[in-house]
Amino acid sequence: MDSALIPKGVKRCPTWQFALWIGAAGAVLLWGVVAMLLCWFKGLNQTNMNDSYGFALWIWADLAVIALGGGAFFTGFLRYIVGKDELKNIINYAVLIGFICYSSALLILAIDIGQPLRGWFIFWHANVHSMLTEVAFCLTCYFGVLTIEYVPLILENRQIDKVPFFHRLGHNLHEVMAVFAATGAFLSFFHQGSLGGVPGVLFGRPFAYREGIFIWPWTFFLYTWSAAACGPCFTILITWITEKITKKKLVKQNVIELLAKISGWMIGTYIIAKIIDTWYWAKVTAPSAGFNLMDFYSNNPFYGIWILILEIVICGVVPAVILISEKGRKNPVALMTGIVLAVLGACVNRWVMVLQVMAVPVLSFESWAMYYPSWQEVATTILPVAYGVILISFSYRYLPIFPQEQELNPEA
Amino acid sequence: MWDMSHMVFMGGLWYALTIIGLGMTYCIGKAFYDTFLDKGKDDHHH
Repeated sequence: MDSALIPKGVKRCPTWQFALWIGAAGAVLLWGVVAMLLCWFKGLNQTNMNDSYGFALWIWADLAVIALGGGAFFTGFLRYIVGKDELKNIINYAVLIGFICYSSALLILAIDIGQPLRGWFIFWHANVHSMLTEVAFCLTCYFGVLTIEYVPLILENRQIDKVPFFHRLGHNLHEVMAVFAATGAFLSFFHQGSLGGVPGVLFGRPFAYREGIFIWPWTFFLYTWSAAACGPCFTILITWITEKITKKKLVKQNVIELLAKISGWMIGTYIIAKIIDTWYWAKVTAPSAGFNLMDFYSNNPFYGIWILILEIVICGVVPAVILISEKGRKNPVALMTGIVLAVLGACVNRWVMVLQVMAVPVLSFESWAMYYPSWQEVATTILPVAYGVILISFSYRYLPIFPQEQELNPEA
Repeated sequence: MWDMSHMVFMGGLWYALTIIGLGMTYCIGKAFYDTFLDKGKDDHHH
């Protein structure tokens, strides 16, 4: 029925099967939309946020998708600025994943601010002394860049490409894409960093507070570094999942291995910096505020020392070792283990820096503040996943996302 | 009012917006010119 829209030379599932798949994802999306409307019409009383948790599940999800969406800016940087030409075979998908991650982050923020009609206040009445203002500026601009990077892909649809104006527009956009990619890298560096700066400057919360250079705490650099390191792993993970669902090889293994190798070195250097940062914080910064390391990891039902070991050793050192070694990258099981652990590592880091920061007692008469999200918070956090599945499905079906697909699947 | 923070924030914002705006203007303008005004030239290729 829709065969005229499907790229030439590739095989796609029947329309009824595609409609069923979209229907299933759409049902989950609808559940999220109901929760979103509840939050908008009834207010933030629909959440379990309270005086201890001004930041909660949404902000963790926000920071996690932004970190994982970092694959777009870093792969773009490697492809257009550094000149790693092989990455042209995965850059389209990295851009699509980045587009989904960033639009999801903006959607979550639109729900989180409680009064979306006043969302523009952050631009017009900007508090220029806040790290979050910088995040809002860069995030919005970078989403614009991602849209510009995604548009040429849409213009390559078989039917749209037949229109001369759109064909030429797509061609022109490709020509100057390096300029947009460089702008995207500039914007990403600052907003990823400023997201890290938010906990790092909280001098009233010794679990989060870090020293740094000029106005930037060390967490500023660690966030950018970890996003550049783990973002490409998320791109590889989603590519792998797409390959399993479509039962096709979509990207050549040498491209995956190159990206995994670069990620491995980024994770390796990041985790060394993170270990030094943690050691200095535990030995010098926190004790100077009257805290010992174990004050942050005991006398509560959830946050044990295990979370620190999980973040730094299991989801930091282990994936770095796997992805740096050629043997690790050549073994499919080891490769995917490293990739999954790296993705998990970025998520755990953001969880710790958002939610554990809120949980730790600061004053001697306080106790640990635990928090359980409401179903509305959970549903609105799952909403972007369903939205991502739908957008990827449509893009995969109608756009030439994977330049190597035809070559890798000649029987189609 | 216009302290250093304002200049850095607004400067950075408009720096990025200018690059994005000029880039898009060039792409759309050139596509429009090549399609509708420069009929003698056919660069219809991939």
